[in-house]
Amino acid sequence: MAVLVIAEHDSVSLKLSSLTTIAAASQLGSEIIVLVAGYQCQGAAEQAAKIAGVSKVLITDAINYQHQLAETLAPLVQQLAVNYTHILAPATSYGKNFMPRVAALLDVEQVSDICAIVNEQTFKRPIYAGNAIATIQCLAPIKVITVRTTGFALAKASEQTAPIEALTIKEAEPAVEFIEFATHPTVRPELTAARIVVAGGRGLQSAENFKLLEQLADKLGAALGATRAAVDAGFAPNDYQVGQTGKIVAPELYIAVGISGAIQHIAGMKDSKVVVAINKDPDAPIFKVADYGLVGDLFKLIPELERILGEIL
Amino acid sequence: MKILVPVKRVIDYSVRVRVKADFTDVEMANVKMSMNPFDEIAVEAAVRLKEQGIAQEVIIASIGNRECQETIRFGLALGADRGILLETEQAFQPLNIAKILKQVVLEEQPQLVILGKQAIDDDSNQTGQMLAALLDWPQATFASKIAVKTEQQKIEVVREVDGGLETLLLKLPAVVTTDLRLNKPRYITLPNIMQAKRKPLIIKPLVSMSLNLSSTISQLKVEPPNERKSGIMLNSVAELVDKLKHEAKVI
Repeated sequence: MAVLVIAEHDSVSLKLSSLTTIAAASQLGSEIIVLVAGYQCQGAAEQAAKIAGVSKVLITDAINYQHQLAETLAPLVQQLAVNYTHILAPATSYGKNFMPRVAALLDVEQVSDICAIVNEQTFKRPIYAGNAIATIQCLAPIKVITVRTTGFALAKASEQTAPIEALTIKEAEPAVEFIEFATHPTVRPELTAARIVVAGGRGLQSAENFKLLEQLADKLGAALGATRAAVDAGFAPNDYQVGQTGKIVAPELYIAVGISGAIQHIAGMKDSKVVVAINKDPDAPIFKVADYGLVGDLFKLIPELERILGEIL
Repeated sequence: MKILVPVKRVIDYSVRVRVKADFTDVEMANVKMSMNPFDEIAVEAAVRLKEQGIAQEVIIASIGNRECQETIRFGLALGADRGILLETEQAFQPLNIAKILKQVVLEEQPQLVILGKQAIDDDSNQTGQMLAALLDWPQATFASKIAVKTEQQKIEVVREVDGGLETLLLKLPAVVTTDLRLNKPRYITLPNIMQAKRKPLIIKPLVSMSLNLSSTISQLKVEPPNERKSGIMLNSVAELVDKLKHEAKVI
């Protein structure tokens, strides 16, 4: 069985979401082909060629794929699809955007956001904001699947290098034009890939106060996260949001500060290895999922935590 | 411009969802149902475009049993003009929903379809993209801002994506899926509800569309998730740091 993985990358290198997707693919088939579509993306393709289990890398290097628009990616994947039993992409905003378009062009149903593989046609996926796990059987001739990145380990680098094959594809003019990408500049690790995440909720009270967490995060080398309430209130940018409708994270250490623990937030972080909750309300539901709980005023506790960490780290 | 807003009736977001004892599905009996919150944002976005004079008509469509009338009426109370219910007792996967909606689009000829990025029941996040593919229309998913450029027949959409905000300019007709921060839907008042009762709502049996809606997906089992065990409460920051360092060994 040959599995096609659509790599998420920034031209220079693969995103970690691609590595977990390749790991999922290795549970499905003996032959894994990775597609790197982009512009000046040779670097990402070379990295993909050195990942364990990858038998070939396909590269499409053209200006049309620079912004990875669904309207150009989907027909490209559609053209390749016939050779594969499964097509996988990460269930990040990248994969979620174009994969259903691929599935519809192929006239097959998609299985979204799988967190486990039972066999080549049976998968587990969270539904109802993670309040239930469904086991789904898909008998479509080509299985189009997005992979929850916290559900699988990272594929490792290999000593061997797989061949890279350049594709020549007829390019069509899409009915959509890229205008701009406004990044939130950050020096911190990527939220979904960080070993430690410090996240804040409504308890921070303001965008100004949210900065308290920045210092703590920097001390720990952690990424910053936020609840939907904190993002909605403008304390933190949208891509900090952890939860069923935001990002799904599973770091080794998750420090929840001023977070009450709404179901939809917990759905996004409950696979973290160790959870610390700091909240003034002893009855906050977040304490039910925390390994270590600390009740008190975060405006006193966080500076103190930062100070003690400063002494030992 | 005409806008179509497809909506889904789902278990209300405030309900604590429970898995049935026989693990076949979640408990649906006597549970409060509402419009999918992302779809509510979509209705609000469409109604605002109408209030700005950019859209002339907002149509709500839903696929499901008779009770979906209530969900459509809710959309009409938010300010939409008329509703279409494609009545069926069957539940469908997103691809078939997209096929049904494509028929509605071909009949109604809207220039814009706005719908939620995902439904909070199955969390699939597929229907909008699939509909765009079937129509060969451009798409903008996860919208947090939209601006219709009437003269150019285009729509500018800011999308919430990993790492920041992406802005796209789409040729109309197009499909837009909504994210949480696109708007805050208005509260509906009693007069809105009374008015909505007088707005037209057509019920068509889905079978009358004579579509092939076979499916390859079946749900074998539904289980509760693994629960995290709650841990211990600590008394001081020093104790926390000690635990993290020596017990959990994560710092």
